[in-house]
Amino acid sequence: MSSGNNKVTVATTWLDGCSGCHMSFLDMDERLVDLAAQIDIVYSPFVDAKTLPEQVDLGILEGSVSSDEDLHKAREFRARCKVLLSLGDCAVNGNVPAMRNPFKLDAVIERAYRENVDLNPQIPTEGVPRLLATVRPVHGVVDVDIFVPGCPPQADAIHYVLTELIAGRTPDPSQVTRFGA
Amino acid sequence: MPIRAQQPDVSVVTLTIDGQDLSARADETIIEVCRENKIPIPSLCWMDGLSVVGACRLCVVEVDGGPRLQAACATRVREGMSVQTNTDKLQRYRRTLVELLFAERNHVCAVCVSNGHCELQWLAQTCGVDHVRMPYRNTGYNVDSSHEMFRIDHNRCVLCTRCVRVCDEIEGAHTWDVMGRGSGCQVVTDLAKPWGESDSCTSCGKCVQVCPTGALVKQGTSVGEMVKDQQFLSILARRRSSR
Repeated sequence: MSSGNNKVTVATTWLDGCSGCHMSFLDMDERLVDLAAQIDIVYSPFVDAKTLPEQVDLGILEGSVSSDEDLHKAREFRARCKVLLSLGDCAVNGNVPAMRNPFKLDAVIERAYRENVDLNPQIPTEGVPRLLATVRPVHGVVDVDIFVPGCPPQADAIHYVLTELIAGRTPDPSQVTRFGA
Repeated sequence: MPIRAQQPDVSVVTLTIDGQDLSARADETIIEVCRENKIPIPSLCWMDGLSVVGACRLCVVEVDGGPRLQAACATRVREGMSVQTNTDKLQRYRRTLVELLFAERNHVCAVCVSNGHCELQWLAQTCGVDHVRMPYRNTGYNVDSSHEMFRIDHNRCVLCTRCVRVCDEIEGAHTWDVMGRGSGCQVVTDLAKPWGESDSCTSCGKCVQVCPTGALVKQGTSVGEMVKDQQFLSILARRRSSR
């Protein structure tokens, strides 16, 4: 999988997650130097680019779909990325963000912004995306090609998956990672 | 009811499992022969030393090429039997079964006391469950922390009934039982009294040790700290049956 200058273009972003999966990506340490020769990160919290290009070879999503903004990002990634990868438990199964699902959204907001607040409690409405009633994994809203579970997936697991994809093979992440790893 | 015969049948049968020629005692089940011969079959409700319920269906195998899948824990070996334990069809069924368990209740491994020591988590990995295809039910269940030493989190329970059987058959207390049907099905202590108020519980902790997930745990454990020791069970069970 590659385009143009023989480098695989990669876009990443985080939805409702803790950014730990992106930190684990950075934990590939010196292997990042070799990877940089083979991939071009065109959009990501790691780089400065502010817009997602029209066509990307590999899209990597961390985090679950919890708000309007997450939903928009997931759909945009699906539309523009040839291969879409769910990175980490939140993207793969909802994980911790989805633990609010058994409760009504109003009760969750009330608990977070009123009951547990001492000073000037108020529910934020401006400049923040609307929360969805149910938190879903990424494949609950768009088709996903590769699933890499783990909280977070180890750097070794991310490295294995990326090198397999760059080589044009389909990785089997169950060999190297699991839910909660 | 225990499937094992009281008087061991010492006659020997020969059979093939995955093309391997094997011999076994006639009173053994397919899963026992597989375990002895290091042939991996996933299982959840089956446990060496407890009676057989055949509830989880994870150990299903194909017998003599027939279309009907049979639970390896509840099927005795027969002379000339031919068993397949790992066909594409079986892998597909097992994967779906594990996914349904994950979709039914809350199994967030990352924040579970049994993370890293959980049979369900391990099964998901070995059955290739890297995501769950069906929608999650997102229903909350109770947590009973009333017992001074142990805790039950029904959100993590897979209804294997190992706790019910070990309490009845090995400890002899029968504190645990099952109530309700379908998604409302739950294990209960003493006619659904809080565990801490149970008159029959001896606080032996056998139920906690045999529980495959983070449903039955020791109080005071944090994420990944609940390591279970199941060695006692086969030893106790053997001493019981030789009495």
